[in-house]
Amino acid sequence: MLQAATFHILLALADEDRHGYAIIQDVAARTGGELKLSAGTLYRSIQRMLEQGLIVETRERPAPEEDDERRRYYRITPQGAATARVEVRRLTQLVKMARAAGFAGAKA
Amino acid sequence: MRFYDWLLHCYPTSFRNEYGPEMRLLFARRRLEAQGPFGGAALWISTVAEVAGNAALVHLDILRQDIAYSWRMVLRAPGFAMTAVIIVALGVGATTAAFSVTDFVLLRPLPFAEPDRLVKLYERTPGYSRLELSAANYRDWKLGSTVFESIGLYHDAAANLVGAGEPMRVMGSAVSADLFPTLRVHPRIGRLFTPGDDQSGAPGTILLSYRLWQTRFGGDPDVVGRQILLDAEAFTVLGVMPQDFRFPTSEATFWTPLRFSEEAYVDRNDNWMYAVGRLRSGVSFSQAQAQLDVLAAASRAQYPADNKDVGANLIRFGDEVSEQSRLLLYALSGAAVCVLLIACANLANLLLARALQRRRELAVRTAMGAGRERMIRQLMTESLALAAIGGGVGIAIAYASVPLLNRLVPVSLPLATTPTVDLRVLAFATVLTAVTGMAFGLAPVMRVGGDADLAGLREGARSGGGRKEGARSALVVIEIVASVVLLVSAGLLMRALWTVQAVNPGFQSEGVLTLQTPLPLPQFGKVSVREAFYTRVLNDLHALPGVTNAAFVSFLPMGTMRGGIWPVSLDGRPVNRSENKNAFLRYITPGYFATLGIPIRSGRDTTDADTHDRQNIAVISESFIRRFWPNETPASVLGRTFNFALKDRVVAGVTGDVRMRGLEREAEPQVYLPFRQVDDLFIIGYIPRGLVIRTSTPPATLAPAVRATIQNIDPAMPVTDVNTLVDVVERDTASRSAQLRVLAAFALIALVLAGIGIHGLLSFSVSQRSQEIGVRRALGAQSADILSMVIGQCLKLAGVGVVVGVALAYAAGRSMQALLAGVKPADAATLTGAVVLAIAMTAIGSLVPTLRALRVDPNIALRAE
Repeated sequence: MLQAATFHILLALADEDRHGYAIIQDVAARTGGELKLSAGTLYRSIQRMLEQGLIVETRERPAPEEDDERRRYYRITPQGAATARVEVRRLTQLVKMARAAGFAGAKA
Repeated sequence: MRFYDWLLHCYPTSFRNEYGPEMRLLFARRRLEAQGPFGGAALWISTVAEVAGNAALVHLDILRQDIAYSWRMVLRAPGFAMTAVIIVALGVGATTAAFSVTDFVLLRPLPFAEPDRLVKLYERTPGYSRLELSAANYRDWKLGSTVFESIGLYHDAAANLVGAGEPMRVMGSAVSADLFPTLRVHPRIGRLFTPGDDQSGAPGTILLSYRLWQTRFGGDPDVVGRQILLDAEAFTVLGVMPQDFRFPTSEATFWTPLRFSEEAYVDRNDNWMYAVGRLRSGVSFSQAQAQLDVLAAASRAQYPADNKDVGANLIRFGDEVSEQSRLLLYALSGAAVCVLLIACANLANLLLARALQRRRELAVRTAMGAGRERMIRQLMTESLALAAIGGGVGIAIAYASVPLLNRLVPVSLPLATTPTVDLRVLAFATVLTAVTGMAFGLAPVMRVGGDADLAGLREGARSGGGRKEGARSALVVIEIVASVVLLVSAGLLMRALWTVQAVNPGFQSEGVLTLQTPLPLPQFGKVSVREAFYTRVLNDLHALPGVTNAAFVSFLPMGTMRGGIWPVSLDGRPVNRSENKNAFLRYITPGYFATLGIPIRSGRDTTDADTHDRQNIAVISESFIRRFWPNETPASVLGRTFNFALKDRVVAGVTGDVRMRGLEREAEPQVYLPFRQVDDLFIIGYIPRGLVIRTSTPPATLAPAVRATIQNIDPAMPVTDVNTLVDVVERDTASRSAQLRVLAAFALIALVLAGIGIHGLLSFSVSQRSQEIGVRRALGAQSADILSMVIGQCLKLAGVGVVVGVALAYAAGRSMQALLAGVKPADAATLTGAVVLAIAMTAIGSLVPTLRALRVDPNIALRAE
């Protein structure tokens, strides 16, 4: 089971490489402002995900006028993508079971 | 912003270096977004909370990583980890156990309120520094002094408790009404004594100990007001003292008031009371002593005859532990520190060797980008984890061994419990473990952190370098020194024990059973009543199979009562206490000397014909002649007269000397009197209550029959202190043997640790030098050359260690000379033995590495090159 922060970071990196602040913004936008990652939570998760090989730091930088040299950019790895997929499958199963037990409304 | 930078320091350095700049950026943006004073405040509060929480989690992440990494290292080298854990466990265990006893006896304050202000008051005469007080001097000094907030008196008491179950001998204390207020203790139920209770003629009152209340009265809450019989006298129970209140010793189970009459204040040479005072707050110990010196001087001026040379001696209550017990505990602590020192040296050595072996690994990790800070942290975690496991095992060892050290605690202390590993001790052990792990984990870390450069990566890198070898050799030398010191100390104490055990006590202890029949008063105050009891008991005992002799005596030699002296007056001169002319007084029944195997040098034993109406006779010891009639012989003193125990006595016999006070005390003059030659109700403290029985069967097996015999004659008579005389004598050296066992165990641990240390050092240096050895062999060096190279190194270490160790051991021996019973600190046999053991240990430790050096195959060594 992935931690919520880890899962959201993987989602944020799914379509493009992002730096830390961009990840926070993306997560906030995706959840309608419900989940605002703090700096500490973000970088602690990032450090761990780097160690686990879910993401890598990328050396490709955007155009200089958009760049800030203090920023670091992260990219999802194939392993990270696979992990996210496994998590999605697990969640789907869970929802299915919940529905079978009569917890959620009929199929949309 | 600066505050945020400061906050970031909560994170580990590596994390801060990595992400700090970006986090600052993020925070700057947040600050811009925050609006109004409330928004700003909210941002700060949430930021502080967030940093605190996340920083802790990051530290935890790293710790988890490091521990996982350490665990892998342990699995890869389990021998190393085991050795480290054992070393720390032995060091911490020994030191913790020693500390728990020392702390218990010497450091911990006594269990009374503001114990620093409690003092004991004694008289001081030329012969005795701590002489009990006489009532008269006590009253004068108490009235004259202003330094005490309050002061009270006590002396030991014992009585037969009859009724409600089997008759029982109970130990307790008679106290003045102001004693318990001085100690500031309050009863658990009921009330304390009030001033009326300790006057002569006051009705008998008693306070029970919690133990006596529980065991004898079933914890009955209505016990207050009940009447109980002590030695046939009625006492009303006033209350029960708290569970952990023990005074004056841990054996006391009841307290009665000391009831004084005016007569008690007449004789200033009747010294029998102990005093405990509480100093007024703000009064220093030396001020108090100064005032008492003045008062004692005044008493000397006022009563020049009675108080000749009598001074006042104040002792802090907490300092009353005897010098020997104190020295013993210091020796124990010193030994423990030695063991710990060896353990630390060993651990440091082990970690150094390991750090050197891991130079390559660490260099690789550095090259791959691990920061120096991160690496140090990793190594520290490793050594602390090892130390923590070792410390845990050590505490378990201490836990198990502290009860074994119980014998080192003097029974004469007002302490309720026995030493245990409590929180204080645990804290001590924890600090000890942490310091051990850190200090000796840090040394190799500093070294490796400093030169974990790319040199470590080069294939040819080898050997620890001369400097490190030097440091490690120094550590091994320290280990040898410490173990030599311990070996010598243990050896000296062993010699001392043998010396003491070889001392002739003056009687034959084998085949003798001893016990006490505490004849209660006033019933047995009459000689005729005692005589009837003795006659029946001795007659019935003689009928038992195996019994060859039996007799009653006032006090057994080396028993619990080791005093009992009376002034001797020669040629009608009055007794002057300051001349210290005293002799042991013992009333005996005929046959006492034959029962104990005390030789009669001249004259005769007491007989049944020595009755009250006949001439008063005495049997004296040879030491009596030496002290009082130095020019006479055992044969020539027969018929001489002296005044003793209120009567003139004629010498009828002379016996060999008995060491009444114990094997380590010289025999002092002894006088034995026939039990019938005393007036009724006089000198009642010396009524013969000790029974000795010589038997041809093993004495311990006789005990039930003897009990039954006495029960049969007097069902109300308790039988207590049943022991073989051999046990009584052995108990005299029990604390010595306990102390020796502890020190010997420490010395053994030290020896093993030092052996491991030497083994480790030489193994390492041989493996580091195997290429060099191979090259030498290839170039034609013989086995003998290699051997002399390795052994030379080992001998150098052993030589330095032994020389320094012997010097230090001599110093240690001198400082504990009081424990050595005359054995010289430079005892040649002991020193030789210790040196031989230390060298043998070095040799064994170096055996395996030496063989390995000899087996180095030049081909393989050269190929590696």
